[in-house]
Amino acid sequence: MKPNENPANLILRNGRVIDPARGFDAVASVLIENGKVVEVGANIEIGTERRREFEQIDAGDKWIVPGLIDMHVHLREPGEEYKETISSGTRAAVAGGFTSVACMPNTHPVNDCAAVTQFILKKAADEGVCRVFPVAAISKGLEGRNLSEFGDLRAAGAAAVSDDGRPVEGSLLMRRALEYAKTFDLPVISHCEDLGLSAGGLMNEGRVSTRLGLRGIPRAAEEVMAARDILLAELTGARVHLAHISTAGSVALIREAKKRGIPVTAETAPHYFTLDEELLSTFDPVYKVNPPLRAREDIEAVKAGLRDGTIDVIASDHAPHSTVEKDLEFEYAANGMIGLESSLPLILRLVSDGVLSPAEAIAKVTQNPARILSIPFGALSKGAPADLTLIDPRVKYTIDARKFASKSRNCPFDGMEVQGRAVMTIVDGRVVFTAAD
Amino acid sequence: MHFNRKDLLGINELDVSEIEYLLDLSRSFKEINERSIKKVPTLRGKTIIHLFYEPSTRTRTSFDIAAKRLSADTYSITASTSSIVKGETVLDTLKNLEAMKPDVFVIRHSASGAPWMLAGRTTASVINAGDGMHEHPSQALLDMLTILDNKKSLRGLNVLIVGDIYHSRVARSNIWGLTKMGANVVVCGPATLIPPNIDSMGAQVSHRLDQCIPEADVIMVLRLQKERQQQMLLPSLREYSAWYGMNGERLKRAKKDVLIMHPGPINRGVEISPEVADGPCSVILDQVTNGVAVRMALLFVLGQR
Repeated sequence: MKPNENPANLILRNGRVIDPARGFDAVASVLIENGKVVEVGANIEIGTERRREFEQIDAGDKWIVPGLIDMHVHLREPGEEYKETISSGTRAAVAGGFTSVACMPNTHPVNDCAAVTQFILKKAADEGVCRVFPVAAISKGLEGRNLSEFGDLRAAGAAAVSDDGRPVEGSLLMRRALEYAKTFDLPVISHCEDLGLSAGGLMNEGRVSTRLGLRGIPRAAEEVMAARDILLAELTGARVHLAHISTAGSVALIREAKKRGIPVTAETAPHYFTLDEELLSTFDPVYKVNPPLRAREDIEAVKAGLRDGTIDVIASDHAPHSTVEKDLEFEYAANGMIGLESSLPLILRLVSDGVLSPAEAIAKVTQNPARILSIPFGALSKGAPADLTLIDPRVKYTIDARKFASKSRNCPFDGMEVQGRAVMTIVDGRVVFTAAD
Repeated sequence: MHFNRKDLLGINELDVSEIEYLLDLSRSFKEINERSIKKVPTLRGKTIIHLFYEPSTRTRTSFDIAAKRLSADTYSITASTSSIVKGETVLDTLKNLEAMKPDVFVIRHSASGAPWMLAGRTTASVINAGDGMHEHPSQALLDMLTILDNKKSLRGLNVLIVGDIYHSRVARSNIWGLTKMGANVVVCGPATLIPPNIDSMGAQVSHRLDQCIPEADVIMVLRLQKERQQQMLLPSLREYSAWYGMNGERLKRAKKDVLIMHPGPINRGVEISPEVADGPCSVILDQVTNGVAVRMALLFVLGQR
């Protein structure tokens, strides 16, 4: 995303402005001048002589929300540009309503040094269309042995650290990572998985794995590590953010930890509150993901965790793969599914199902990830860069992965009937996406 | 005709009338195998490809003999002799072979579900000759046929399956087949080798072999792969054998007319002792004989499609 040299002057008229960070939810207009939010209010007046300078957008029946943030995506660049690039991935993001994404470090080479972080930021500046926040590796090469240089990485622009894709197996290394990250105010994002318990596993362990003859991954593989990381956060006083939570047991552990005042936050992905393990009966690798799709009772627990605030964030874990990795025997296919362009309607389904209020739902993809990453976005504050998403919450349509901006097509929601989508995405005062009707 | 499928993938998806039809048909093929000229022209001009991604002697030979006795032309491709080792994907292999216009693929694969994926990508018929830990339908059919050679009906029969249930496609296909046909199935083994929620498939679970033996009309002994020790599933073969090995002492407490079965290959002295395997209750070699008839029946119904 290049610096905005021609910032727009825009007025979004009479939409339902939902800004959870400021507790605002009312019909209002938003005035954007020189790429900044100048005013949010019911009666915005600009003199007739200046009216010509402003583009007027009628937002009637639409929601105007702070630009959405997806704090867990894989952009695959550098190294696997045939799956996704920073260019294509950020285009997918804005098509899905996201103005900021945090990209995980399991690229080739791994983002474990300032040079790779700078490369990602340079590419994002030159070729991207939304904000990109690189997440750097906790351990050099994601090998789980030595810490990467957090200070250097922070200075280069890393927003957080994580070994996502694999867990930090050693408890001592995790302890040191949490302590050392405090030095630089870097959030630590943990992929919770006990590799011994999950070894060889292909799907959730239980009735369905037994029926299909696919090796199971017990829920305890996630929960053992969630419990460990909670205890290490308590020990060190450092913040830990638990990524892609998928089980009822993890939700219970996090709820209990929050009650005790431990600085833990958590995220889940739309597939963990939408899809269940029965789908694997087709042996279609599009449903293969890590952690695996779980059972109905886990889905209900994840929803309950979203409702009571145990789970702070919804992130897609957008994981592009080509047919080379996916069109294989289930056992040999890669884990992961794309989500940037299907996330929002599935979040809105939580609203129509009465799980979350509109403001609660929007907070999970604006205010909360911004707070966890300590980035100055996710709110419609006066003077802030104008990152906004205009949402049509009513439009009904069928998700069609063939039309995605992403380079990959491994979307399990392809063909699903949904309601609601981003119709306009504005980054730094620039309209970067408008939905074709 | 009670069988209108393109493929024969698993027992779980068959209904009772389909199973009965296949068993009846298998019985009618048994006689051909007793002739001095063991060949009929039924599948003359048909092409059958055996695509084996996992080592197999018995099953592949059995399918091959079955196909040849029906006068089909057969070709065998195994993981060690084809482009599979050069890194070609299974779908590319299938597409290339399909371009040569075969009528039936007989597929064995170490990955559960692979035959389902391949069946959806070819117009030829697919027979699952065993996929991962999932299904082995021809084995379950030949097991049922062998039981029915010796017992009047499967209904109400107590079948005990002993051993490594977790990794066994034979166990899964038999649990589905036998329970559909009205038998009571008990699976028995150490808890590390019993998959979770196996009761949801219709089997009862026991960890005490000695308590199960007196009730059983049929005892199916499963092969114990020796590498299970390294996977922390067993402390030693010696202990396994002591608790779950089928031996002469245990056989004394069984019903007089109990049938001892084993899908092979046998680990003599581990899960079954030689005196039991070779003894009067054993129908292990009858299973092998019936395997040819069952596979002729399957190739017949799908090859004539």
